[in-house]
Amino acid sequence: MGETRKIALSVNRVRYEEEVEVRLTLADFLRRQLGLTGTHLGCEHGVCGACTILLDGQSARACLMLAVQANQREVTTVEGLAPGPDRLHPLQQAFRDHHGLQCGFCTPGILMTLMEFLERNPDPTEQEVRIAISGNLCRCTGYQGIVDAALAAAGRLRAARESPR
Amino acid sequence: MTAGVVGRSVERLEDPDLLRGKGRFIDDIRLPGMLEAAFVRSPHAHAAIRAIDKAAALESPGVRAIYTFADLRPHLRSERLAVAMPSPDYLQSVDRPALAIDEVVHVGEPVAIVIAANRYLAEDAAALLEVDYEPLPAAVDCRTALAAGAARAHRNAPHNLVAEFDMGYGDVESAFARAAHVYRESLWQHRGGGHSIECRGAVALHQRQDDRLTLWSSTQTPHAALRMLVQMLGRDESRVRVIAPDVGGGFGPKLVFYPEDVVTALAAMLTGSPVKWIEDRREHFVATTQERDEYWEMEIAVDAGARILGVRGAMIHEHGAYTARGLNIPQASATAVVLPYRVPAYGINVKAALTNKVPVTPVRGAGQPQGAFVIERLLDRVARELRLDRAEVRRRNLVPGDQMPHTVPLKTRGGIAIVLDSGDYPRCQQAALERAGWDEFPARQEAARAEGRHIGIGVANYVEGTGRGPFETVSVRIGTSGKIHVASGAAAMGQSTRTMLAQIVAEQLGGNMDNVTVTTGDTAAISMGIGGFNSRQAVMAGSSAHVAAVKVRDKALAIAAHLLEVSARDLEIDGERIHITGVREKSIGLGEVARAVAGTAGFRLPGNMAPGLEATEHVVIDQMTYANGTAVAEVEVDAETGAVRICRFVLAHDCGKLIHPLIVAGQLAGGVAHGIGNALFEWMGFDDHGQPVTTNLGEYLLVTATEMPRIEIIHQVSPTQLNPLGIKGVGEAGVIPTAPALISAIEDALQPFGVHLARTPVFPADIMALIEAGRGK
Repeated sequence: MGETRKIALSVNRVRYEEEVEVRLTLADFLRRQLGLTGTHLGCEHGVCGACTILLDGQSARACLMLAVQANQREVTTVEGLAPGPDRLHPLQQAFRDHHGLQCGFCTPGILMTLMEFLERNPDPTEQEVRIAISGNLCRCTGYQGIVDAALAAAGRLRAARESPR
Repeated sequence: MTAGVVGRSVERLEDPDLLRGKGRFIDDIRLPGMLEAAFVRSPHAHAAIRAIDKAAALESPGVRAIYTFADLRPHLRSERLAVAMPSPDYLQSVDRPALAIDEVVHVGEPVAIVIAANRYLAEDAAALLEVDYEPLPAAVDCRTALAAGAARAHRNAPHNLVAEFDMGYGDVESAFARAAHVYRESLWQHRGGGHSIECRGAVALHQRQDDRLTLWSSTQTPHAALRMLVQMLGRDESRVRVIAPDVGGGFGPKLVFYPEDVVTALAAMLTGSPVKWIEDRREHFVATTQERDEYWEMEIAVDAGARILGVRGAMIHEHGAYTARGLNIPQASATAVVLPYRVPAYGINVKAALTNKVPVTPVRGAGQPQGAFVIERLLDRVARELRLDRAEVRRRNLVPGDQMPHTVPLKTRGGIAIVLDSGDYPRCQQAALERAGWDEFPARQEAARAEGRHIGIGVANYVEGTGRGPFETVSVRIGTSGKIHVASGAAAMGQSTRTMLAQIVAEQLGGNMDNVTVTTGDTAAISMGIGGFNSRQAVMAGSSAHVAAVKVRDKALAIAAHLLEVSARDLEIDGERIHITGVREKSIGLGEVARAVAGTAGFRLPGNMAPGLEATEHVVIDQMTYANGTAVAEVEVDAETGAVRICRFVLAHDCGKLIHPLIVAGQLAGGVAHGIGNALFEWMGFDDHGQPVTTNLGEYLLVTATEMPRIEIIHQVSPTQLNPLGIKGVGEAGVIPTAPALISAIEDALQPFGVHLARTPVFPADIMALIEAGRGK
C-alpha cells in the first residue's frame, strides 16, 4: 500500500471519514471503498462522462479527480437521486417513460449532468439539452430518448415547483 | 383472449435498477479475497518474443503471480481459441493462442497476465515485465499484403491470403456484354470499433472444495463461452458456469470469446483466489475486435432504362491478425450488395487478407453496411450518368412487393436459401421520400444555392438478414408462489431482452408483467443457448417464449378445469388468477394450480397430468427473416470548412409486427447514430508500422448529441410467416443505410464542385480537398 491520507467528506448526505491512498481516483474511491458502484467508468480519460458526479453541486468527472481532492467536499452520485426505495426522481422517471436508456451504462453520468443543467436552466430548448449532454457519450440510444426525457423532466420539475404545496 | 401487453410500449423491467445505480455490471462484482489482473500487451504490430524476464515485476508490491504462455501451457487442453465458423474457403488456420507463444502479431496482443492485490498494483508490475522483442516487418494495408513478397503477418505463414471465395449467380458475362451502360467504382469502408461505453471484463471464481469454476464475463454469448472453457480447460460442463451480468452495450465485439476470458479463469484456478480483469479504453482500442475495412472494385451493367442487368467485381476484406469468428463478414457484405434490388446476374471474388491489426469480427451491421454502401453508390452513379432521379433509379430496380416471397439465388453462410419473405420495398421507399419532401427538394436546393448555401439530399435502401437460427432456448415455469419464471439462452446488453420476453410470456399468462421474472445470460439457468447478435433474439427467443408460454397456458387451464370442474374453454387467465369467463368469483390462483401438479408423496396427480407447470422450447427456424427499410438524409455542407450538418434524417422501416414500438425506435435511432459515426467521425487509424494512432476517445470520435439530428421513424408492418409472432429483427437495421444515404446527400450538396465520394468516413478536410479539386477544374 502506498502513501495514504485521511479525508472527510459527505457522499449523498452521509458523512464519511476514510483513509485513502493518495493516488486513488475519486471514482475508484466511491466504487471500491464506499461500494457505490453506480458511478461507472467508461474511458478513464475524461471523455465519455459515465463517471460524472456532482461535487458541491457542480458536475465533475470522478475519473479525473483523486479522492483526496474531495476532502471536505459534498459529493452526490446517482445513488443519491431517488427520494426513496420505491420512488424515482422525476428525471429518472422521465428516462423510464421516454426510453432514455438501453444498456444503462452511461445513464448515471447523464443523469448527474442533467441534474446540474436543469437546476441552472429549468426551461431549456432541445438544442440546449443537446449541448448540455454533449460531454456524455451514449452508444445505444442515438440520444433521442435522452433528449426527450430531459425535456419532459424539465416540464415536470417546473410544474412541481410552481404547484402550491 | 389477449392480455394486451405485446405491441405496447410498456415500462421496461430493466430500468428501475439501472436508473438508481443498482445495476450489476462486470466491474461491480466484488468477491471476498479477490485479486485483480492487468495484461501485458505487445507494443509491436509484429515481433518475435525472444525472452520474458519476470524477476523485476514479481518484486513489485502486492504481486501474487505472473503467467506467460509457458506457465499456462500445462493446464490447457487446447492452446488456441478454435472459434472459426466452418467454411471450405480457408487457406490457412490462424487461431488466437491463449497468450502469445513466441510471436506477437498485433499491437495489444496479450503476452502475460499480472495478478496483484488490486489493479493499481497490477499495472505497476505490468510496466516492469521485461519482454525481449525482435521486431518483424508488418503487413498493414490489406491490399499490398496480398502482393507477392509482401511482409507476412505471421512469420511462418506462406502468405497473407487467409481465405478466398467466389459468390454469384446468372450469366454475368452476357449481362455485361449486352448492357447499354457499364460503370465502375472503387470503394472503401474504413475500420471502426463497437465501443460499447462499458469495456470488456471477466471475473473468475474457482471453488476448490467442489472444483467448480464460475466465470462472469461481459459477453454476448455465455453458452459459447462455457463451451470454450470446457474445451480449452478440459473440464466437464457441470463444473463450469458462465454468467453475463448486466452488460453495458455489446455491438458485436462482445460476442467473441477472448484470450482474456480463458486466462482470467485459469488465473483463478492457479492462484486459488478469485480474479477480476477489467479492460480499460486503451485496451479496448487495441485488443477488442473491430470491423469494416473492405476495398471494392465493382462494376454495374444497366440497360437503357437504368434497369440492372448485372453486378460484378472483386473485394478485399481485411481479416486482421487472427480468425476470431470466420468469414461471416465478407460473406454478409458480398450478399448485402444484391438483396434489395433485382440483380439478374452477380459475380464477385472475395479475398480475405491477414494484417498485423486487431482481429476483425462483427460490429453492428456485420458486413451489411459495406454491401449496402456498394450498391447504393453504384446506383447513384447510374442516376448521375443517365441524368435520372436517384429515387427513380431505385424504384425501377427494387424487388416489388407483389413478388414476395422472392428467392435470391444465394445461400447464407450455413448453406440456407436466401428468401426475401415479406415487405413492400417500393412502398417503404415512397413513405420515406414523402416524409422527407424528396420531390420538393430540388426547388429548395436551388433557392439555397442562390443564397450560397449547399444543401443536399440522399436516399439508401437496405435489406437485413435477421433472426439467425437455428434456435434460442426459453423455459417458462409457473412456480408454486404463482410467479412466472422465464429463463433464456438469449443474452441482454441493452436491447431490453428481459422486457421483450416478459411481454411475450405475460401476453399468454395473465398479462401482468410484474408477475414475471426473467433470467438471461446464466448457463446455470438453462442448458442451451446461442446468445445475442445478428438481430436475432426477438425473433428466435421470442418465438420460443411464445410457444413455451402457450404450452404452459394450455396446461394451466387444463389443470384449473379439472380442479374447478369446468371446461378449459370457459376459462381465462387474468393477472395471477384463472377464472371462468364472465364469472370472476369462481377462480383459482396460478400458484394453486402449480401446487396441484408439484406432486404430493403417495398421491396421484390431478387428472393424471404430467408433473410440473413448465415448458422448455427451442423453436427451430433455419430460414432468416429479412427486414427492410429506406433512409433519406438531408445535409448542409459548409463549402468553406467542409463541415457537414445533418438537417434531417428519415428512416422508414419494416420489421414486421412491433413488440414494443418505443424499444424498436430506440434500436433504430442507436443504429443510425452508429452509421453517422461510420460516415463522418469514426476512424481507427494505424501508421505504416501497424501502430494504432487513435487509442482514446479524443482521437477516435463517437457521435455526441449535438451532431445527431432528430431521427424521424416510419413503421411499415409486413408480418413474416416464418415465426409465430410475425416479427423481424431490428437491432442492426439503422446502421446499414445511414452511411450511403449521408454520403449521397453530401455529394448532392456539392454537385456544383463535381465532388465524388467513394469511401467512409469522410472528414471536413477530405471534403475541402475535393471541393478545391472541383474548383480547380
